[in-house]
Amino acid sequence: MLQDKDRIFTNLYGFQDFGLKAAQARGNWDGTKGLIEKGQDWIIEEMKASGMRGRGGAGFPTGLKWSFMPKESDGRPHYLVVNADEGEPGTCKDREIMRNDPHTLIEGCLLASFAMRAHAAYIYIRGEFYHEASNLQRAIDEAYDAGLIGKNACGSGWDFDLYLHLGAGAYICGEETALIESLEGKKGQPRLKPPFPANAGLYGCPTTVNNVESIAAVPEILRRGGAWFSSFGREKNHGTKLFAISGHVEKPCTVEEAMSIPLRELIERHCGGVRGGWDNLLAVIPGGSSVPVLTKEVCDDVLMDFDALREVGSGLGTAAVIVMDKSTDIVYAIARLSEFYKHESCGQCTPCREGTGWMMRMMQRMVRGEATLDEIDLLWDVTKQVEGHTICALGDAAAWPIQGLIRNFRPEMERRIKEYRARIAA
Amino acid sequence: MSHLRRPAPRELQPTSFAFTPENLEKAKKIIAKYPEGRQQSATMPLLDLAQRQTEGNWVPTVAMDYIADMLEMPAIRVYEVATFYTMYNLAPVGQNFIQVCTTTPCWLRGSSDIVKTCKEELGIGIGETTEDGKFTLIEVECLGACVNAPMMQINDDYYEDLTSDSTKNIIDMLKRGETPKAGPQSGRRGCEPIDGPKVLKAFCGCAAADQPAEPKDGEA
Amino acid sequence: MPKLTVDGIEVEVEAGATVLQACEEAGKEIPRFCYHERLSIAGNCRMCLVEMERAPKPVASCAMPAADGMVIKTDSDLVKKARNGVMEFLLINHPLDCPICDQGGECDLQDQAMAYGFDASRYAEKKRAVKDKELGPIVKTIMTRCIHCTRCVRFSEEVAGVGTMGAVYRGEDTEVGPYIEASINSEMSGNLVDLCPVGALTSKPYAFTARPWELKKTDSVDVMDAVGSNIRVDARGSEVLRVLPRLNEDINEEWISDKTRYAIDGLKRQRLDRPYVRVNGKLAPASWDEAFAAIKEKVSGLDGKKIAAIAGDTVDCESMTALKDLMGKLGSANIDCRQDGAKIGGPRSSYIFNTTIAGIEEADACLVVGANVRAEAPIINSRLRKRWRMTAGDFRLGVIGENWDPTFKHDYLGAGPETLSDILEGKNDFAKVLESAAKPMIIVGMGALNREDGEAVLATAREIADKYGLVSGEWNGFNVLHTAAARVGGLDLGFVPGEGGLATNDILDGAAKGDVEVVYLLGADELDMAKLKNAFVIYQGCLGDAGAQVADVILPGAAYTEKNGTYVNTEGRVQYGWRAVFPVGDAREDWKIIRALSAGLGLTLPYDNIDSVRARMVEINDVFGSINVTRKAAWAEFGKAGVMKSEGFASPVRNFYMTDPISRASVTMAKCTEAFVKDAAAGKVA
Repeated sequence: MLQDKDRIFTNLYGFQDFGLKAAQARGNWDGTKGLIEKGQDWIIEEMKASGMRGRGGAGFPTGLKWSFMPKESDGRPHYLVVNADEGEPGTCKDREIMRNDPHTLIEGCLLASFAMRAHAAYIYIRGEFYHEASNLQRAIDEAYDAGLIGKNACGSGWDFDLYLHLGAGAYICGEETALIESLEGKKGQPRLKPPFPANAGLYGCPTTVNNVESIAAVPEILRRGGAWFSSFGREKNHGTKLFAISGHVEKPCTVEEAMSIPLRELIERHCGGVRGGWDNLLAVIPGGSSVPVLTKEVCDDVLMDFDALREVGSGLGTAAVIVMDKSTDIVYAIARLSEFYKHESCGQCTPCREGTGWMMRMMQRMVRGEATLDEIDLLWDVTKQVEGHTICALGDAAAWPIQGLIRNFRPEMERRIKEYRARIAA
Repeated sequence: MSHLRRPAPRELQPTSFAFTPENLEKAKKIIAKYPEGRQQSATMPLLDLAQRQTEGNWVPTVAMDYIADMLEMPAIRVYEVATFYTMYNLAPVGQNFIQVCTTTPCWLRGSSDIVKTCKEELGIGIGETTEDGKFTLIEVECLGACVNAPMMQINDDYYEDLTSDSTKNIIDMLKRGETPKAGPQSGRRGCEPIDGPKVLKAFCGCAAADQPAEPKDGEA
Repeated sequence: MPKLTVDGIEVEVEAGATVLQACEEAGKEIPRFCYHERLSIAGNCRMCLVEMERAPKPVASCAMPAADGMVIKTDSDLVKKARNGVMEFLLINHPLDCPICDQGGECDLQDQAMAYGFDASRYAEKKRAVKDKELGPIVKTIMTRCIHCTRCVRFSEEVAGVGTMGAVYRGEDTEVGPYIEASINSEMSGNLVDLCPVGALTSKPYAFTARPWELKKTDSVDVMDAVGSNIRVDARGSEVLRVLPRLNEDINEEWISDKTRYAIDGLKRQRLDRPYVRVNGKLAPASWDEAFAAIKEKVSGLDGKKIAAIAGDTVDCESMTALKDLMGKLGSANIDCRQDGAKIGGPRSSYIFNTTIAGIEEADACLVVGANVRAEAPIINSRLRKRWRMTAGDFRLGVIGENWDPTFKHDYLGAGPETLSDILEGKNDFAKVLESAAKPMIIVGMGALNREDGEAVLATAREIADKYGLVSGEWNGFNVLHTAAARVGGLDLGFVPGEGGLATNDILDGAAKGDVEVVYLLGADELDMAKLKNAFVIYQGCLGDAGAQVADVILPGAAYTEKNGTYVNTEGRVQYGWRAVFPVGDAREDWKIIRALSAGLGLTLPYDNIDSVRARMVEINDVFGSINVTRKAAWAEFGKAGVMKSEGFASPVRNFYMTDPISRASVTMAKCTEAFVKDAAAGKVA
């Protein structure tokens, strides 16, 4: 088990004050100026050495992403944009950072912005997180007042402004280019890529979008060194990670653990186990609603990291573990996600706009068994027609849970259809 | 899509809108957050400000026009934004705007019961407002508090770890004009396990004096 | 220049080209709905997906920049499957109402469904229905058919510059339209009908009129303004049913204004379909011979000085040539093609749009003097807007005259000559803009030239051109914007007073005084007809408008859709229009009428066919020998310095929708006037 001394988010549970004084007592803002003085290249190299992969879901190496930013400015300003639009069902980790440990994020913003030669950063936080935004804003104000950010931040000579921008109810804004569009005051509709944000992002300027957890971990990584961070987890899956475990466990919670922790250990050690015992487990969605569901057999020994979960046909995503015991109507559980994706489709591109609605309606019939056996194949076909054909990944995210269901629980779907047909025949 | 996602009928639409002097100051500060010439970025915060200012917690069309003028952009671009994001109400809602999350993680923990309780206690269906205008009830998608499921949001506050009983209690208090305490109704502080933190115990054993202050509204 | 391989074929494309363009270069047709060459790239329909080597997923070819070494497949199974899938998604919520859809036969969705559609629907759910939007007199909506390609949204924002259309709500509830009830207040709105790839936006005036395969299509040229937009006239039998734009990159690209498109229904009303002669104060139907006899009786033996002719704004060059020659034979120098009395007619560079319309795309600043470009020439205004967008707003437009809205940010400088003088004297900041611009231009409108001090205004404009380097090397930034399709042609033909001849106002005054006894109005209706009460008026034209009211003899002419004719646009570009249908009733092509009359008068003109008329035109001015092109006009001395009056410049176009007999007779234009011109009398296009 990860030891407390290696936990980055020590006020995760909010028993201490989120304010500056308490944060400094916990070690935040310690020697920030010195870290800046080591220079941009050093920071990026340490981040690369840490093996950190983006905590927002896609798992792209953070240091590498930063290195895509131009080394010299062509006159356009650079921006860091922090993705705090936490909305992937099952995910509630960034929320805890922002309301309980906001200074980790603010310090991270300064360091990351400096590394990417940005003098301004925007944190895009979902609008429903009113109090989280309120705490974060207070922490930002404190940091300004203490000279930690603003002109000559931390006395480093680097000018840095940090702004908060609230969303207003759109899951799609978690997609980085939709987020940028939204930040520009438009509908949150993903952009076509290329160009990528590092070339033309916010206001057409070089921009990097990072998840809250990725940025908030930066100061500790830089203070302790990339090697420290990379000492946790398996090769290519390094670091500590916030896991949010919800659903049918005895004690749902969010906890920081080492990457590659076995799923079963995570649930049993931190959550009091599956409701009714491990054998009562039906399935787990291991990384937020977008990743395919795992059966118990897989859950028995799968590790919680990017590669292990990809190998079993799912993904780590946001490390939001949704646990379902044997009482679960698994078809409804997935159908409800289909409803979610239909509700959150931005409507821009054809396969997602039309496909999410079609999939949802078929899934709703599948819940009741009101379908033919062939329609399971048709449903599969439709998910395949959406997947890979859309502008952004929401299409894939809508397709995968259904594919996971069909792959793993087809007999259950068939049973319902047969029962329904028998019922109407009678 | 609920009726709240369609513009209020003409007879409910006010014919004029302007920010109060206080909100106008706020609006100026908001616009100043963005680079010069990028004032369009302020569309969303200004819509939020307009909604908070409007009785019934909604954005009348004329307020969208007002914002379009203020930000020097075509009104249709503001309409697009206002209709795209679900937090902007296009028609008035009750004083207590109850949004119950029913997405899978909350559903797994019993959100159906919470919805049922709300309907019974309020005597209204989803998307409806009580006759006295005190409550509007809707179902919403994931609000990002899944380890504290089931949960609902009432205006700016999250109410988490709900049961039918605690839901009923919250509604009763609101009916009486009282303010129920926001956050988990189960007694836990946040996202730690229900019986207390398993980790970071040293960071959680602090005295009450160290507890964070209750966040104040309107500071976001 | 990147080199790519498309289905094994190597192609080389311009830098900045897309994969879609590269595929087309390789001769591969790529299906598309949202992509449109003249609009920003949306990439939303996903129909143009192709396979790209090393890409994990098919890519939208419309949005992917072509790069060196790319290997593209457009005919693989992966591509076929992707397109079939997209097509199925487009069709699941699309109504099966092709038999009652006006788009039928020219519908992209219908056509592409033939290639990519399944033969039966697999969609068992309820189809979506969307409420129709009321967009005004031009565009009819059936929004359930909408496939959300957003071409209309992009057009209205990017080209028309009116923020009417949007895509509101989201996901499958996305609705294209204005959110609130709002008509599309743009002179360019009819283009939405062309752009819509399905039957969501169709033409309201043309609703349920015809199927495309029933129509005979004739290429022609528009005469509703001086732009010379290239059009296609679609007719069935003897009836013109619609006008569509024809691609011409140099002029109208693929847009036309609503007047160009929809004024044609004016040709169905108040037509002059036979000759008339006034008998005992009343117009009575007559034969051609009787009409000619009446004219002969009046002009025989009459001193040429007492005869005059005025050519109208939409007449063709052939008829002006014939009339000019006839007047010569009658011994009259009293001819004029400037109904408005505009003080123009010097060297060619003083009265044409020298920069050319396409040339606007090189300019970096423009001063507009006395023209409401949006109302007088919406196509040119669109080009100005395009330039403004190309430069991300750096293109500066300064306006002197009325403060009209060009649909983009501009500098309003002042109302009249005083501001013009300030610019010349460097007292106005816009002088610096012109001075520092690499390619500055000026547009002088009829509102500045149709006044008594027109020559002085022209001289001042010319001084500005000289002082601020508007004309240098290959660049000529001096432009006159005409409002009349016939005007430049008339000037090129010398349809202006000869030695000792009278100009329009003098003709009118002469007629009022009795000095001029016979006035020949060739399609001229924009005159103070009260002054012609005592004169013997011959009116030749196609509609019973103002001129016909005062006529003593009416000679029924052909409308522009009913004759072959030459027109010269404001750029000085000579173009041919072609006959789409035959003239109504006894009406005849105009030059033939004049030729016949000349014979009736015993003054037979020496041409028997249109080729010989055109040969005569070249003899008068060799510009008529170069068709469809612009010729550089030599920069020469013009304008006469003088005192300018203080009153502001007023655009001659008070109501865009009604500017000539045809548009005044048009029901559609009347509806547009009612919908959009709140205060037609005050001339404000609302």
